[in-house]
Amino acid sequence: MAHGGGGRLMNALIETVIRPAFANPLLDQRHDGAVFEAGGARLAFTTDSYVVKPLFFPGGDIGSLAVNGTVNDLAMCGAEPLYLSAAFIIEEGFPIVDLRRVVASMEDAARRASVSFVTGDTKVVDRGKGDALFINTAGVGTVRAKSLVGPAAVKPGDVLILSGDLGRHGIAIMAAREGLAFETAIASDCAPLWSPVRRLIEAGIEVHCLRDLTRGGLASALIEIAEAAACAIKLDETTIPVQPEVRAACELLGLDPLYVANEGRFVAFVAEADVVRALDLLAGDDVSAGAAVIGRVTAEERGAVAIRGAYGAIRRLTMLSGEQLPRIC
Amino acid sequence: MIRGAVQGVGFRPFIYRTATRLGVTGHVENTGEGVVVEAEGAPSLLEAFAQALANDAPVQAHVRSVVREVLQPLGSRNFVIRDSVAGRARSAVVLPDIAACDACLAEIFDPANRRHLYPFTNCTDCGPRYSILRDLPYDRARTTMAAFPMCADCAREYADPGDRRFHAEPTACPVCGPQMALWDRDGRVIAADGDAIEEAAGLLRGGGIVAIKGIGGFHLFVDARNGEAVKVLRARKRRPAKPFALMVPSLDDARQLCDVSVDEEALLASSAAPIVLTRRLSGAEVAEEVAPDQRVLGLMLPYAPLHHMLMRSLGFPVVATSGNVSDEPIVTDEHDALQRLHAIADAFLVHDRAIARPAEDSVMRVILGASQAIRRGRGLAPLSLTLDPGVVGECPSVLALGGHLKAAATLLRGTEAIVGAHAGDLGTLDAERRFAATLEDLETLHGMRADIVACDLHPDYATTRIAESLRRPIIRVQHHLAHVASAMAEHALGGPLLGVGWDGTGYGADGAIWGGEFLRVERGEWSRVAHLRPFRLPGSEVAAREPRRAALGMLHEALGAHAVERSDLTPVSAFSAAERVVLGRMLERGVQSPWTTSAGRLFDAFAALLGLVLVASHEGEAAMRLEALAAESEVEGAATMSYPFDIVAPREGPLVIDWVPMLRAVLRDRAAGVARAEIAMRIHVSFAAMIAAVAARLGLGMAVLSGGCFQSRLLTELAAARIEAEGLTVFLARAVPPNDGGLSLGQALWARWTASKEKS
Ligand SMILES: [Fe+3]
Ligand SMILES: [Mg+2]
Ligand SMILES: [Zn+2]
Ligand SMILES: [Zn+2]
Repeated sequence: MAHGGGGRLMNALIETVIRPAFANPLLDQRHDGAVFEAGGARLAFTTDSYVVKPLFFPGGDIGSLAVNGTVNDLAMCGAEPLYLSAAFIIEEGFPIVDLRRVVASMEDAARRASVSFVTGDTKVVDRGKGDALFINTAGVGTVRAKSLVGPAAVKPGDVLILSGDLGRHGIAIMAAREGLAFETAIASDCAPLWSPVRRLIEAGIEVHCLRDLTRGGLASALIEIAEAAACAIKLDETTIPVQPEVRAACELLGLDPLYVANEGRFVAFVAEADVVRALDLLAGDDVSAGAAVIGRVTAEERGAVAIRGAYGAIRRLTMLSGEQLPRIC
Repeated sequence: MIRGAVQGVGFRPFIYRTATRLGVTGHVENTGEGVVVEAEGAPSLLEAFAQALANDAPVQAHVRSVVREVLQPLGSRNFVIRDSVAGRARSAVVLPDIAACDACLAEIFDPANRRHLYPFTNCTDCGPRYSILRDLPYDRARTTMAAFPMCADCAREYADPGDRRFHAEPTACPVCGPQMALWDRDGRVIAADGDAIEEAAGLLRGGGIVAIKGIGGFHLFVDARNGEAVKVLRARKRRPAKPFALMVPSLDDARQLCDVSVDEEALLASSAAPIVLTRRLSGAEVAEEVAPDQRVLGLMLPYAPLHHMLMRSLGFPVVATSGNVSDEPIVTDEHDALQRLHAIADAFLVHDRAIARPAEDSVMRVILGASQAIRRGRGLAPLSLTLDPGVVGECPSVLALGGHLKAAATLLRGTEAIVGAHAGDLGTLDAERRFAATLEDLETLHGMRADIVACDLHPDYATTRIAESLRRPIIRVQHHLAHVASAMAEHALGGPLLGVGWDGTGYGADGAIWGGEFLRVERGEWSRVAHLRPFRLPGSEVAAREPRRAALGMLHEALGAHAVERSDLTPVSAFSAAERVVLGRMLERGVQSPWTTSAGRLFDAFAALLGLVLVASHEGEAAMRLEALAAESEVEGAATMSYPFDIVAPREGPLVIDWVPMLRAVLRDRAAGVARAEIAMRIHVSFAAMIAAVAARLGLGMAVLSGGCFQSRLLTELAAARIEAEGLTVFLARAVPPNDGGLSLGQALWARWTASKEKS
């Protein structure tokens, strides 16, 4: 099935099969993680499974991905990540040296993100019943944001700040998997994002929504938010940072960087009055040093994400069905 | 009750005159459904009246049906025209815009006439209709002319049954009607009224670019003889090579530029006044920049009075291209124009009559002895086609949305198909919004809501997304099937027949990219009986813009991994060594390199192989250049020399037309130094021969040629001749375009067939 691309089919699968079965107010917030009160504390909770191929790639591996992915989902709830679980599904015959490498990488990533693994599970499946290694992580954190962070808080007039350049993770993975030798090697942007988010929150920046840009890239993330928030988003393509080597690789591959996956990038929806301060704060952190204003929220057409290109033409970004198939007849 | 194109064409005045002449009493009125006449008189008089209605209807009227009913006499004393009633069930036809008639032109150029040099002169035989229409029935109050109350003189003409302007809804004169002005780039008035056109002419003579508000939107005009000026327009419009259409002052001027046939003359001078594609004469006095490397020019005659006045003053051909930036929709509002065309035009010739419905110029040509639409816009839209009830049935009603590029919608109700105006490429938000509005328009103007919606199979077309948002039963129709079905609809063909659907790309029933398809089609049944040998497109969609990529995919299929090392071949050397390595790997592993059977991409690939176009600046550029090159072929008998190809019959599934032997032959000819023009010609001949070979093999008596590839005159004529030599009858889409502009008609028919089959 073609539901794996993070596009429209995947969305349909979730919306028609999975979400209705589990429907409840927390799930229906349609956020990266759930935020709730427990024992007087505001907690955030999230989970994610990692099935990346290849397991090792420039800039990271399945282990660092499994830590940062979950840490970042918590950060996007405005929460400080605290504790993680790890579950491994290992195919019989998977080399132990590789497992050691992955586990070491997880430990390293956890230290960088200041989280600890506090529980876990390991299963071995028969040869041919798995694909080398799958990892699931779940995480909890305490919410530090004073007010609600999520699509529901997005308002017309909000400014979109992107934390850095786009597309490096997706291109790095594709190059490693398919053996594409680009002129300049491209490394994944895989990184933990709590530190820049904390800067915003601790400085009292009015942050309305945060979203890390994983599968489906910037475009898919913003379409989801625009739909959930029933607002419109307008982007200016010329302000969206993409490294020249990533742009060149995308051109050669025929990919739009706006749809390519990232693992260390997020978009912050910030009140206009706080934009200059927010940019300053983000510039002070390594992982968000390249932050830039890329667009704003308007009240016009609900759910529409539009982008103004270099020549002024405004096109609509749409959720793609999976593979990017040609439409030019 | 008289239905058809009977409103806005002087139909009621005609009935009034006929009735009063014969002494019949009663009344006539426009309703949403059509024109209703109640006539009283002696039976013989009534019969004569009916005869006259049938035989002497106005030129622009098109009567579709007449329903007669016998009523009780009311004893009316005279015959009157009643005010229109807005009805709920609407079957009145919306009329396209009509070029200025001779009588109006005579008045405009008569110094003694009160409409002397008045650019908004019109009458019941001519003038704007669709472009000013806000709602039906067609009445001044429901057009953008409502903003201009008639003066006493105009009101008198309007009310006088003996006058040419009796009930001419958009009638106007210098006293009461719209006015022109020439603006500078900041909207300051340079000249007003009559001077505006003369001032604009002066700017054009000096090589300036003038944005001109016409009937369906803005044009950009520039002197077509002035290469430098045309170059400036190309640079400002960011349109490096796509041919520009020309407006010429008269038919005589058209003949100076092109080899215009009698049929083409008729099209040029028709009331739709489309752009007509004609063969350029070698000595034609037109800058090369107008249509670089093309042997075809698109010509049109002046159609709005203001064009006539301007062209009469200029006396030379001008480029008349849509007022827009590259692929965006045409600009219709003068204030919008100031912003969007600010960096393109030196001045703006504007007027204050609003354009309610945008429409680009239509494009037509004459091929195989009859006319064919290439784009249906101003003057041809909306199109109302009456289809054969035996073939299409009666229900359900269908709203079909068409393709992604060249989108145009069709509303099918009963046996009537209404094809809406060309809405262009739905790549921009503006275009998409405009298209959504035309959809609403089609339904509200016709007072109905279609039972089902039809769209393409492609999941990512804007039209597919819009179709899904309409929340009605959807029938998705395979792209090439829709291309074929469009011709079946207009020619009343139920099949079985061979449908040849050749174009750039369409989403296949198997999720692959199709484009060189042979379908066996019969009413609601179809099967894919043959296709071109598949090859990969490295980069997917970007390969449609870069023929060098299609060439790489084609070479890779034929030569294997070594293809990317053939730096002696132009499309291969067009990439750096490092790029070649990556592209080779993409092709090997199928990364972003989907399989395709596209004929259009093969044409691109061969054009790249001959070094014509490596990266295209506009759709169809490579194929057009290949066709133009073939026309230079001077070798005797080249038209009969096909390169070899194979037809492979797998154990199951469709036949595969293997073009690899042809590619090898082309590579040999290239290496042997054979003239490129001859190779180009033989490539066309070979593709035509493939089509004819499949046609002969299938033994169906009829073939439809449809899809974007059949915009190539050479391919179409060669293929038709060869198929006919095999004893088959050939049909082309004619009322609707062979390109994606014709898809919605085919989708509508197919959805109708599918739905009625499911029901029974
Ligand atoms: Fe097509
Ligand atoms: Mg996640
Ligand atoms: Zn007239
Ligand atoms: Zn008047």
